[in-house]
Amino acid sequence: MIELKDVHKSFQGREVLRGISTVFEAGKINLVIGASGHGKSVLMRSMVGLIDVDKGNILYDNRILDFKDYEQTREIRRDIGMLFQGSALFNSSTVQENVEFPLKMFTNMTKEERIERVNFCLKHVNLENVNSKFPAEISGGMKKRVGIARAIALDIKYLFCDEPNSGLDPITSRVIDNLIRDITEEFNITTIINTHDMKTVFDIGDNIIFIYKGDKWWEGTRNDVKTSHNKELQDFLNASYIV
Amino acid sequence: MTVFYHFGRYLLFLRSMFTKPEKLSVYTQRLFTEMVAIGIGSLPIVILISIFQGAVTTVQTAYQLVTPMIPKTTIGIIVSDSTMLELAPTITSLVLAGKVGSHIASEIGTMRINEEIDALEVMGINTAAFLGLPKILAGLLMVPILVIISIFLSEVGGIAAGHFSGALTADEFIQGARSTFKLFTLQFSLIKAFTFGFIITSVSCFHGYYTQGGAIEVGESSTKAVVYSSIMILVADYILADLLLK
Repeated sequence: MIELKDVHKSFQGREVLRGISTVFEAGKINLVIGASGHGKSVLMRSMVGLIDVDKGNILYDNRILDFKDYEQTREIRRDIGMLFQGSALFNSSTVQENVEFPLKMFTNMTKEERIERVNFCLKHVNLENVNSKFPAEISGGMKKRVGIARAIALDIKYLFCDEPNSGLDPITSRVIDNLIRDITEEFNITTIINTHDMKTVFDIGDNIIFIYKGDKWWEGTRNDVKTSHNKELQDFLNASYIV
Repeated sequence: MTVFYHFGRYLLFLRSMFTKPEKLSVYTQRLFTEMVAIGIGSLPIVILISIFQGAVTTVQTAYQLVTPMIPKTTIGIIVSDSTMLELAPTITSLVLAGKVGSHIASEIGTMRINEEIDALEVMGINTAAFLGLPKILAGLLMVPILVIISIFLSEVGGIAAGHFSGALTADEFIQGARSTFKLFTLQFSLIKAFTFGFIITSVSCFHGYYTQGGAIEVGESSTKAVVYSSIMILVADYILADLLLK
């Protein structure tokens, strides 16, 4: 479970996050939606510790993510897996090396054990026989899947996905959505997804948070989204041509 | 004020490297990879510039010492001492600042803009240490070795140029070089190489690490790495000469 308590963040006097408080439950897919520039990415980057918040707390199962407590932050981060918008794979390493990297860094597995684990993770994301390929040699959808495989290589508790479907065709987007849902359920992890894709919202979203001008404007389930009377949320949905 | 801001950031960047490595074996592996990249990778250019540097210095010194009152062994003395004191460590380091420095800054800068550094950070890795420390240690180890090779090859180049130009024989050159040889000259050269190795790698890592933007900014970081490394090498060169040669 991840809990946000009154999280504030400003950049050069401009308040980007205005006291966001919420709870992301384990075993559920939590979606953060909202227009570009309203603070979704800053919120996610703050949650994974890439940005230090000005005020408020971020708690991972009651452990505070605190930049001043480097060891604690490091411990929390080892439970985190993240799928970046651009996949963020190591371009000069093969798929095998990319997925193997966290195992090499944080476990004492033998080479054989690591290979077995890499193959297990790649199989989970429906990728096989790509171990020796470099990121430049595979498609965007495959890169995302390798990114997920790398994120779950260690036994993570929290999975963050920043715009997992951006730049993908609708069919591949659904494949990625289903993968994220399966992984969340199978490993009982807390998943948080930043997305604009309303199909994702209605397909896999358990808990949805709508961010508007740096504030948590609305929160509910995917069924509540359609019936909500929140004007800004409805404007956002209408602009997505879904509802 | 900007200078102090960047210098402070540079010092904080260096300080952030000194934490317990996540896994020593991975860091060691990276150190060897960097040693090969910096050392073996720079060998061809170092060999080339060193031979020509020695050859040109010999020919030019011979040209200036036209009077028969000065023995020809003096050319060997001048070429040998100036090679050890200045040419080999400084010229080699300036060339390495261009080759190694730009490579380091663009490599780390590209990783930054591709979010690869963020990915490492999210995994709980000290990215400054993981990316910078092996490169800096490799620089500290390999630049002095390259400078020793450069000194040797400059002497070889000097002897060859003396022989082919008819300025002096190999025996005269070696006799001159040996007559005033002091161990401290070599030690001073290595102190400089060690310092310059640190400057090249740390300054380049710093500029790469703090790259923001896209491809153009990676290019800018690379240029800044070379320019600031070169300036710092020249400043350090003067400071070391002033401190150690009095």
